[in-house]
Amino acid sequence: MSKDSTPHSTAALAASFEEEPSQASVTSLPGGVTALKPFGWAKNNLFNTKLNTVLTLLCCAILWFAVPPMVNWLVVNAVWLGTSDECRAAAGACWSIIVVKHRLIFFGTYPFDEQWRPFLACALFVAMLGVSGVRAFWRPWLAGAWALVLVAMGVLMWGGVFGLTHVPNDKWGGLPITLMLSVFAITLAFPLSILLALGRQSSLPAIRSLCVGFIELMRGVPLVSVLFMASVMFPLFLPEGVTIDKLLRALAGLTLFTAAYLAEAVRGGLQAIPKGQYEAADALSLSYWQKTTLIILPQALRMVIPPIVNQFISCFKDTSLVTIVGLYDLLTAATVATTDPEWRPFFAEVYVFAGLMFWIFCFSMSRYSQWLERMANRYNRR
Amino acid sequence: MSKLVQALNSARVRGWLYQALFVSGTLAVGWYLVSNTLTNLSKRGVATGFGFLNREAGFEIGESLLTYAASDTYLKAMVVGLLNTLTVSAVAIVLASILGIVIGVARLSSNWMVGRFAAVFVETVRNVPLLLQLVVWYTIMNRLPSPREALEVVPHVFLSNRGLKFPTFVEHAGHGWAFLALILGIVGAVLVVRYGRKHRETTGKPFPTLPLALASVVLPPVAVFVGSGAPFAFDVPVLAGFNFEGGAAVTPEFTALLIGLSVYTAGFIAEIVRSGILAVPHGQTEAGLALGLSPAHILRLIILPQALRVIVPPLTSQYLNLTKNSSLAVAIGYPDLVSVTNTSANQTGQVVEAVAMMMAVYLIISLCIAGFMNWYNRKVALVTR
Repeated sequence: MSKDSTPHSTAALAASFEEEPSQASVTSLPGGVTALKPFGWAKNNLFNTKLNTVLTLLCCAILWFAVPPMVNWLVVNAVWLGTSDECRAAAGACWSIIVVKHRLIFFGTYPFDEQWRPFLACALFVAMLGVSGVRAFWRPWLAGAWALVLVAMGVLMWGGVFGLTHVPNDKWGGLPITLMLSVFAITLAFPLSILLALGRQSSLPAIRSLCVGFIELMRGVPLVSVLFMASVMFPLFLPEGVTIDKLLRALAGLTLFTAAYLAEAVRGGLQAIPKGQYEAADALSLSYWQKTTLIILPQALRMVIPPIVNQFISCFKDTSLVTIVGLYDLLTAATVATTDPEWRPFFAEVYVFAGLMFWIFCFSMSRYSQWLERMANRYNRR
Repeated sequence: MSKLVQALNSARVRGWLYQALFVSGTLAVGWYLVSNTLTNLSKRGVATGFGFLNREAGFEIGESLLTYAASDTYLKAMVVGLLNTLTVSAVAIVLASILGIVIGVARLSSNWMVGRFAAVFVETVRNVPLLLQLVVWYTIMNRLPSPREALEVVPHVFLSNRGLKFPTFVEHAGHGWAFLALILGIVGAVLVVRYGRKHRETTGKPFPTLPLALASVVLPPVAVFVGSGAPFAFDVPVLAGFNFEGGAAVTPEFTALLIGLSVYTAGFIAEIVRSGILAVPHGQTEAGLALGLSPAHILRLIILPQALRVIVPPLTSQYLNLTKNSSLAVAIGYPDLVSVTNTSANQTGQVVEAVAMMMAVYLIISLCIAGFMNWYNRKVALVTR
């Protein structure tokens, strides 16, 4: 991609022309031979017109005024391991609030001595996420491995077996909640979304209209209202004596919401399959389910992997909304950390830290999805 | 027997059978849930129905376009909440569009540095949850200095922990008339644009559409404003005691929500604008140049109409998202529809009705925006033979 490559390497330049001809032709890329020399590059890309010269100078001025104070605050004058009094005296950021409060921010109210368990669960999860990113591992065993990891995460978090003490899930908090809610929601929503998408494409009017109704209802209302519904109305739906805890209710709401959006992504894949594929399956006299599972879905789902990753990113960000229905996710934990009177002035540091956590996850996943998209289109380009 | 087998093998009969099964299954589940809910509600002694809407709400709402007091009904409280939602969404949509277009174009700039700046902005705001951004903006708003040490952003506009204070015109009856003239002027401008297009299409001659339309929008309200003798004076906020007097104000909650929604959505709109412009092949610009069109004409007649076709559908969903995201207001205490509904539901216990109403209202808003944008989309869509 031209926007990522270092602009003065000819190899990257050539690659960028190959990757995205339309973009390469519109954005002015480093021009010709002079691109190899920094001076010529600057002349071509920063000072080629009067307007650009003005803009470049303006940008430099902003950098000149913004970067030194920022670096001073972030690093030079920052307090890394001090007390809150030292922080108050210092002019820079107070990173010692992170050092002091990191256990609270990451793991919430989970019993302090047992916090290695959520740590291990998160580490397992992140490792699994990394493994799933490698295309060579896209084999059936990966699904099995995920199931195992999810069970292991559940055992680690809940405890009660193998000599681990039981930790009820109203004590859970922080990063594990964010990670588990998003991954469980997307995993549970996926099969549901396939059924919804198939239903929406169905030729049977009653099934189609019910699916369309559900999808449009969920996509038309904000997630907050779905979460409210889940947290206050689900208990009413159940027969007497049956209760369902807060975490599961939020998960159910998140799943239904995500399923509606995923269903639209899957529908996009279904619609992109050439009609000939359907007709060929019919000509072979395959039944509806044979046609769907053997011919259509394998092709359609491959196409919708990038939108699914994007949906996962937005699900990951949306998980922060569970704080509104009283769950203790990463963002809630960060907010709680800022309410300690001793550390109250240092909210910026905590929010920068929490934002960075979210940013690292979301940015790497979105880069990954862009890469996937390029890989998927590799053979389609002429 | 063979007839029955034959019938069961027919696709139509089986279709009906499946649908009957599916619908009756859905109905059964629905009935089970409803009956459970009714039992649970009657056990808790909660009334059902929408009668509660006419009862006294009994809670105050921090900011409201209508005059509202705690003695008003729940229905009125919800209308106030809805208006708050619509206000913040409408203003945020305008701001987010402007910011998004600027950033999107900046990202395509031939200036490498400007492009980088825009890219950093987009990647930052898109990858941090909106709720976190809102909380940060709200915290900043709350920890601003008090009115005494308020920041004067531009002359006579003050930012303090009481919100944003700005000057307004001294009130006068002429304002209403000027506003009416503005609406009439906009209608006139639409007619001018239509006539201009028709004139150009039938005669092939240019028509000064833009100046005439602008004049139609600007001149009547100005004329009415001056003609009605409205004073050209400002009601300037002045520090008096511990707070400001005069001028108009928006609360810190509104300001934080507005900034947060606009900045977050602008990041997405910027990407949409960028992809829309990139979708127009460079050959189109070159063809325009070859025809001797000026760069402004190329942009207006060739690039924009084609780019808009790509931009409008995803832009619609961003506007919808923004409106729905305004529900996060509940987290920072802005009294939007969700937060008012939530308070009402907590007070009356009539959760089902309240949540159903809230969802219905959002659904209607979504359908309206989607309907409008679909109409617009049809207008700019490619007409193929």
